[in-house]
Amino acid sequence: MRRIRVIPVLLISKGGLVKSVKFKNYKYVGDPINAVKIFNEKGTDEMVILDIDATRENRSPNFEMIKEIASEAFMPMAYGGGISSVEEIKKLFNLGVEKIILNNAAVHDPSLVTNAAGLAGSQSVVVSIDVKKNMFGKYRVYTRNGTENTNNDPVEFAHKMQRAGAGEIFLNAIDRDGTYSGYDGDLVKKVSSGLSIPLIACGGAADINDLCFAVEQGASAVAAGSMFVFQRPHQAVLINYPAENELKEKLFQIH
Amino acid sequence: MLVIVDYGAGNLGSIQNMLLKVGATSVISADESVINSASKLLLPGIGAFDNCMEKFNGSGLRDIMETKVNKEKTPLMGICVGLQMLMENSEEGEMDGLGWIGGKVVAFDKQKMAEQHKVPNMGWLEVKTVKDSKLTTALTDARFYFAHSFHVVVDNPADKLLVAEYGYEFVAAIERDNIIGVQFHPEKSHRFGMQLLKNFVTNF
Repeated sequence: MRRIRVIPVLLISKGGLVKSVKFKNYKYVGDPINAVKIFNEKGTDEMVILDIDATRENRSPNFEMIKEIASEAFMPMAYGGGISSVEEIKKLFNLGVEKIILNNAAVHDPSLVTNAAGLAGSQSVVVSIDVKKNMFGKYRVYTRNGTENTNNDPVEFAHKMQRAGAGEIFLNAIDRDGTYSGYDGDLVKKVSSGLSIPLIACGGAADINDLCFAVEQGASAVAAGSMFVFQRPHQAVLINYPAENELKEKLFQIH
Repeated sequence: MLVIVDYGAGNLGSIQNMLLKVGATSVISADESVINSASKLLLPGIGAFDNCMEKFNGSGLRDIMETKVNKEKTPLMGICVGLQMLMENSEEGEMDGLGWIGGKVVAFDKQKMAEQHKVPNMGWLEVKTVKDSKLTTALTDARFYFAHSFHVVVDNPADKLLVAEYGYEFVAAIERDNIIGVQFHPEKSHRFGMQLLKNFVTNF
């Protein structure tokens, strides 16, 4: 049996928990602290918290809010959004954040990845890579909530980040976000195959079979947003997480 | 009084939060007199081995810690790199460890591991208890959160308390007399971490 991490992704906008479809159409889901408390009770493996306003508003992380969330999170918590300096990273670790997630800053200033790893070790540094196909059908790395095409190839970029000191790659397929159409297996396979560090797949998961599929394609861990905050078919808000026995029977059986 | 030793490295807030959750108040301190009055000590550690050792040696707290742990036998729990620091040395760095426990810190041996086992080992592993301990009371089917590229190898097999498997079996926790060390993060291992810290608080 191999335990695979199953990670809810919580998007924060204007102090509330929101969820998107293809990085657009943000819907208010509720209070982030409340969601964290429920995930605690459900024995969740780990959480990803992303402040999707920070970079766009050109501001630092909201340390007060992060402190409040971290003090309620009795599982590892990774934070991303608006991080652009080592000072901010230090502050985040002091607040009780286990891992920091770099996205836009990793593209423009890879030395920040190296410096962050030097500060706290690679295991605390995640680079998130948002990917969309361009008009020629090639995968490209986007930043700023999927609005800015960096023209980087995700495979090359992931290797560059690994060399820079990243301990983990968080790979998000923008076109699958919130669609329940399953992970982009081709993308997961391409990016994970040559990497020595773990890859977390995100984007498109609807159920446990999708989680299994991503692992079969090479993901070391699986993340999802909509699957863990909505109940289908009517998209009612319901914080949920797979039961341990269901994970053991299916996901942990994959070699 | 429970003291979390603040020598400049570690996720101290998380440990204090989790202790509070199990009903134990603690202080985070770099003050010699506070440490001197401690009934139990927690030694956290995060990041590179040399960085932690340099900070610890430079903190001026090494003497009092030696006295408390090795002479007065105050219960100590090292967490993550805090466990690794208890050993004699580490493949990760050049500096000597504290040497309070015989053994060393080594990198995960990728030659012995399948490709699917990426390093760092990041995630939850179930642990196996290899000896009786008051630390593992009411911990059945426990799993803990790990985030590390190095693990300890102890000279004396009797020091092993918990083992886990990642590519191969490695030491997840040690216990000798008053000294405990855990490679995982109890402060981030929800109900299992709570139970383990509760055991440390109430049984030692």
